[in-house]
Amino acid sequence: MPVLWTFLIVLALAGCAYLLGRARAISVADGDARKLHSLPAYYGWFGVLLTAVPSLLVMAAWLLITPILIDARVVATLDMTALPEDSTQALVMSDVRRVASGLDVAVEQGVLAEDALVASPELAEGMRALLGDLGVALGSDVSPEVLGAAIAYRDLASQSYALMTIVVLGLAVLGLVGAYLKIAPEFRARNVVELGIKALLILCSSIAILTTVGIVLSMLFETSRFFQDYPWQRFFFGTSWNPSFSGRGGGSDLGILPLLWGTLYISFLALLVAVPIGLYTAIYLSEYASPRMRAAAKPMIEILAGIPTIVYGLFALITVGPLLRDYIAEPTGLGSASSSVLTAGLVMGIMLIPFVSSLSDDIINAVPQAMRDGSLGLGATRSETIKQVVIPAALPGIVGAVLLAASRAIGETMIVVLGAGAAAAQWEDGRFLNPFEAMTTVTVKIVSQLTGDTDFASPETLVAFALGLTLFVITLALNVLALFIVRKYREQYE
Amino acid sequence: MTDTSLTPPAGAAPRAKTSLLREDAHTSRRNAAEKRFRMYGLIAVMCGILALVMLLISIVNSGASAFRQSYVTLDVYLDEAKLDKKGERNLEDIKKVSTFGYSPLIKNAVLSAMEENGIVIEGLSDKEAGALISKEAPATLRYFVLDNPDAIGTTQTFTLLANGRVDGYFKDRVTMESAALDKNTSPEQLMLADAFLEAGVLENRFNWSFLTAPDASGQRPEAAGLGVAMLGSLYMMLIVLVCALPIGVAASIYLEEFAPKNWLTDLIEVNIANLAAVPSIVFGILGLAVFINFAGLPQSAPIVGGLVLTLMTLPTIIIATRASLKAVPPSIRDAALGVGASKTQSVFHHVLPLAAPGILTGTIIGLAQALGETAPLLLIGMVAFVREYPGSPPDGFFDPASALPVQIYNWTQRSDPAFVERASGAIIVLLVFLLCMNALAIFLRRRFERRW
Repeated sequence: MPVLWTFLIVLALAGCAYLLGRARAISVADGDARKLHSLPAYYGWFGVLLTAVPSLLVMAAWLLITPILIDARVVATLDMTALPEDSTQALVMSDVRRVASGLDVAVEQGVLAEDALVASPELAEGMRALLGDLGVALGSDVSPEVLGAAIAYRDLASQSYALMTIVVLGLAVLGLVGAYLKIAPEFRARNVVELGIKALLILCSSIAILTTVGIVLSMLFETSRFFQDYPWQRFFFGTSWNPSFSGRGGGSDLGILPLLWGTLYISFLALLVAVPIGLYTAIYLSEYASPRMRAAAKPMIEILAGIPTIVYGLFALITVGPLLRDYIAEPTGLGSASSSVLTAGLVMGIMLIPFVSSLSDDIINAVPQAMRDGSLGLGATRSETIKQVVIPAALPGIVGAVLLAASRAIGETMIVVLGAGAAAAQWEDGRFLNPFEAMTTVTVKIVSQLTGDTDFASPETLVAFALGLTLFVITLALNVLALFIVRKYREQYE
Repeated sequence: MTDTSLTPPAGAAPRAKTSLLREDAHTSRRNAAEKRFRMYGLIAVMCGILALVMLLISIVNSGASAFRQSYVTLDVYLDEAKLDKKGERNLEDIKKVSTFGYSPLIKNAVLSAMEENGIVIEGLSDKEAGALISKEAPATLRYFVLDNPDAIGTTQTFTLLANGRVDGYFKDRVTMESAALDKNTSPEQLMLADAFLEAGVLENRFNWSFLTAPDASGQRPEAAGLGVAMLGSLYMMLIVLVCALPIGVAASIYLEEFAPKNWLTDLIEVNIANLAAVPSIVFGILGLAVFINFAGLPQSAPIVGGLVLTLMTLPTIIIATRASLKAVPPSIRDAALGVGASKTQSVFHHVLPLAAPGILTGTIIGLAQALGETAPLLLIGMVAFVREYPGSPPDGFFDPASALPVQIYNWTQRSDPAFVERASGAIIVLLVFLLCMNALAIFLRRRFERRW
């Protein structure tokens, strides 16, 4: 693995740079560290900085950019007319890459000699069996064109790696020598090193921005591809979800409304469970409970927050679902499935209890004690104080907490995957209102469209990105609104 | 002189006598409302605790049995005529015998064990008797023979897994009535299992292989284990630790100690707050689009899962680190600056070590969150059926692997009810890990936290 080795050599050079820089600093100061501007170690770190940073940056950029350039050059040499009708450029390129990596394995294990690699029809014919023996499974036989492209791909890649190794190691050595020559007693090594550290810190902080940009761009890109194949009006206003798995988009109905209805219905039920219980829990624990009771009950409620959602999902699947079906749904004749809106809503509500209660707890505790004392002093009972003074004062914060809980409910995946069923909401006969009906959500469909065998050219797969983007926008809006309300409230009392 | 206070106006009704010592109707209504309100609060707390207790009981109830398993100890005669017809002990020839060639040996072993213990069961066919043993057993035998070709022709004692239905019978999942309707087992087979239990041939004992074995196919729930999933989760946690801790700490140091108040800082802050609340499945889409489709990393690999979980864990670590940096009093920084340290030195030499326990606690809690995360891993292909253990790092990071929560999801999707028991058992393992991590975090906080 040339990349790993180059990386290790650069690190080793950086180690040398530290020792050399430090020794050089001491020697130029005639062994008296007081003559130096900075401590000797800083001269060492200066060497490390100059050796490792430019070379590693170049390496990272190289690894990101060259695959794209190589792909472009290989594609340019490919004769698309010689390939089968139904294959696309992307499919052919993935074949080419696969064959190329197979050839790497073959050469490595000595099955094929390096100079035996020519794009002859004979070699292409036996290629699939040959690579299959080496554990590289190919989907179809290799055509001579693909083999030729793969050989060209390998050549370009190995040239690129060789060039990269030379450039990166050259830069590292250059940096080492440059740092060595630069060191003088009056050279301000500490300032340079601290500048470098600060740059590194800024780089790490901006990863948060990069992640957001990555999320938005990746989803926007794929969503725009989806909307090329499928009209956006039908996606946003379509009332039926019925993907076909045979053709490419032709017979599919990919309307988001049934999914959105399922999502909102389940979230609504979850909030119906979580908000009263969570709010009363917070009120009781902060206003009534004795310190001992609080110390015992609060951690227990918070354990609920630490339990992974897959556990709630299994709880819905094996306990709550069958329970609701056997004791409520079947006797009343409302439904017969164990996965239902109510199952998912109830379990999700349990999951959200600690979320609502700990956020409201913080907010209720932030209400100044003087307001309570004033109300109690006027003769109000404690519950009247809470209802008429504390809650109104804390209301913006509580609304914020509920909005955050709603955004979490809408984005929750595992509970609905296991507890809510896979069928989209049905509009006829008011079935969409029956809480014992199985109903799917946006997140469930993202999972089901993107797992298993996926073809990234078909709208049935790409729709998941459009769903994801919709989900992202909705939760983002809720979060921003909630944060805005919470912040505005906090300013009032601090 | 008129004293109006003494003479009530004519025509007014005399005031009702009230006493502070006796509640009037209004006050008692208010007090009742007070009591009711208080009761609602208590009921809410109880609801929360009840939900927790029910959840734990339900999981433990259905999962605890996954840690016990029925094993049958048999003397199997490794017949040379079947395993090595040429008798040359040539490994290539022995390899040609597939697991199908080993099944009759096991059947014969079961029949001879019946004979030895004098067990006769009416209506039990030889095939059903052989099916008492797991379908995994022939593979066990085959691996043993390939490792020890010299054992062919001798009789060896093996401890083999019993069939999942037989195992379920001892865990009350399968009854005689349900067995009569089940084509995979029969009441006679269960009677044989009872007889074997009495004779000491069959025993129920602790199931280590549940923790170490890889996953098994849908027909062999008895052989399914968590080995690959735990290894995959461990690899991912290593990647998360190595990536998220330095990046998170660096970002928090910048934001807390260095950042000027400008639009860039605000942008970063808003982004971090927002990322903490983005649904986890969106991170899965990001991982699929960026790491797999764009960067070309392999599917199902711990490296991709680790990177996705890193991005998810970063906000948690950043928020915890900033809180503990904030808790270090400014006098420490001032003192360092006062004796001539630079800003960087004061932060790295003094503030950071003092904040370390808080950072560590936040990191462990972030890791615990990442360990239980499922949804994003589904999208990057970790649901695949993986039977091979991933190699040792760093190459092993690129091998296909599973993860604990994904394995649980995987098992819930299988039809055999024995997998529900496995999934619940896996949840117990997952919860034990989470409990240990959180306990460690609490311990570290108690032990090292300093109040200023």
